[in-house]
Amino acid sequence: MSTIEEDVTTTRDLAALVREREEELAELKVRLREWEDAFGAIPARDALFTNISGREVKALYTPLDRVEAEGYGEGVGLPGEFPFTRGPYTTMYRTRLWTMRQFAGFATAEETNQRYKYLLKHGQTGLSVAFDFPTLMGYDSDHPRSLGEVGVCGVAISSLADMETLFDGIPLDQVSVSMTINGPAIILFCFYVAAAEKQGVSADILRGTVQNDILKEYQAQHAWIFPPEPALRCIVDMFSWCSTHAPKYNPISISGYHIREAGATAAQELAFTLRNGFEYVERGIAAGLDVDSFAPRLSFFFDVHNDFFEEIAKLRAARRIWARGMRDRYGAKSPESWRLRTHAQTAGVSLTAQQPENNIVRVAYQALAAALGGTQSLHTNSMDETLALPTEKAVRIALRTQQVLAYESGVTNTIDPLAGSYFVESLTDELERDALALFREIDDLGGVVPAIETGWFQQEIASAAMRQQREIEAGERVVVGVNDFEEGSGKIEIDVLRIDASVEEKQRSRMAELRQRRDAAEVERTLTALTEACRGHENLVPRILDCARAYCTLYEIRHAMEEIFGSYKEPVFF
Amino acid sequence: MSENRKIRVLVAKPGLDGHDRGAKVIAAAFRDAGFEVIYTGLHQTPEMIVNAAVQEDVDVVAMSILSGAHMTLFPRVKALLDEAGADHVLLTGGGIIPEEDAAVLEGQGIGRLFGPGTSTEDAIAYVRDWFAQHEPV
Repeated sequence: MSTIEEDVTTTRDLAALVREREEELAELKVRLREWEDAFGAIPARDALFTNISGREVKALYTPLDRVEAEGYGEGVGLPGEFPFTRGPYTTMYRTRLWTMRQFAGFATAEETNQRYKYLLKHGQTGLSVAFDFPTLMGYDSDHPRSLGEVGVCGVAISSLADMETLFDGIPLDQVSVSMTINGPAIILFCFYVAAAEKQGVSADILRGTVQNDILKEYQAQHAWIFPPEPALRCIVDMFSWCSTHAPKYNPISISGYHIREAGATAAQELAFTLRNGFEYVERGIAAGLDVDSFAPRLSFFFDVHNDFFEEIAKLRAARRIWARGMRDRYGAKSPESWRLRTHAQTAGVSLTAQQPENNIVRVAYQALAAALGGTQSLHTNSMDETLALPTEKAVRIALRTQQVLAYESGVTNTIDPLAGSYFVESLTDELERDALALFREIDDLGGVVPAIETGWFQQEIASAAMRQQREIEAGERVVVGVNDFEEGSGKIEIDVLRIDASVEEKQRSRMAELRQRRDAAEVERTLTALTEACRGHENLVPRILDCARAYCTLYEIRHAMEEIFGSYKEPVFF
Repeated sequence: MSENRKIRVLVAKPGLDGHDRGAKVIAAAFRDAGFEVIYTGLHQTPEMIVNAAVQEDVDVVAMSILSGAHMTLFPRVKALLDEAGADHVLLTGGGIIPEEDAAVLEGQGIGRLFGPGTSTEDAIAYVRDWFAQHEPV
């Protein structure tokens, strides 16, 4: 009896509260109109009030901007709870800071190994491998197409032997390693697993990530080998193999970074990346995998660009969209499948060659946005990256930037401190709406792969890039040191890292020596078996692992697969 | 040649580098400036680029290189152009190219190389000026 009475009272109180709230909002509306009149009476600065994504940003946000949105409970929630807007984990940086993971690699495996040891000694907490272009495209260092590019933009890894050298003296059971490789990801992953085996470390304790996101390669970064369908098969094979053999390893890092760097807006980056993520989920489900067997290991990678609040809102919106999609559309039951975990990197494209020291400041603001957005790991760019690979000093400053942020600024004390900001919450909602609208557009084009094949993504990204270029050239958008506040001759005075031309020679002789000493019959046998496997439907990981252990080279393995899979031809336009 | 003959430009992406934001922006800017523009697409070998330049009878080859391989690729394309009897073609470009390297390449008969932060207007003006001075009569 008393319960019913209490309920009645509560209902009455609630109704009163709602009425009170409505009155408040009505009053606010009136006052806001007065404010708008006063605001409009004074001329604004001569500046662009759209942000770098071309988004209209208002001068003021109030509770009215969120009235249309959902209530606090469902849309925002608490950290570690559905829909994870406030963070993927309950405790966030109170228990564990983000991983400071600087992307590095150059020249030979020996030289990069030295740089990794240096970074670990200076307090870096994870490794991230940058491969050279030949490796990214599946060519050996001694292939004719590799001429001039060996070890220049990253480290050259052409076989298990190189991978062993890369991690010599670095215990793979203790350090988590991220590898940025996509077209031949399945091959480099197998080199890595085989290198760990040589250290006596079995796959089931390996922690780390392989980027392995081929869809964004077709859309933006363009380091592809095979056409979409066989490439997607390789990815699903890795989901499946890792779910049983390497359960702590992330077999993919679904990446918006490259989409953004190629010119996309924040909303495009958000939408294309998450839609790609859902595509991988659909492919996994279609191959007969239980969504909760692989979805918990899907990880993400976002750009953190110049527009401070939009970047924070983007990370918050990403978590919410992913959680809702995974639970409501793909029927994932495990909260682990709903939880979006991400790496972030400051925006390389925002750096300037002019007055390069200013880049330290840009990177610091972007890193702050990444932390406020709740990233799980972070790479901060070095000030000299518009000129060449970074020098040791520049990398150290970039790492110190993260350390100052993490240990001195106090931003790690409170979880999602900008929640409840009228602006940030409203921007989070807006980005979510924009992403959902772009999902519908992609669906109308027949889905991700058809939209890639017609060049839709590529065109959308290129026209966004063109708009940004025009704004800069028209002087509408200020880039400090480039189109305003320039200095004298514009001569750039900074040391740059140079890769010795002898690297290519060294790699060539290493390759020649490897081809001599390995068991040629075993090479032949494992490669033939791989080609056969490509023809059928079996999981390719065990076959490629056999090739890796036999010291087949990257290009040999690529070639064995290409015989069946063919290669990708891009739609060319500008 | 008539005064209003359009300047023909081949925008090319040599090597294995897939970063085509700059190439596409400059191709579109050249087109908007009234040039005839052919874009090669990605992952071209020096041979493929020179073949295209000769077949399309272009005035200018503009290469975009962000991979650090400029010291190999520019001289190689220049040598092949000369070999193909296309030494009248302007070979220019842009990308992540340190100033000292650009100076060395310019000494080898390669045109101006544009770094990050370049205005497309500057590149357009450079090509126009070069064409005005070198237009075949």
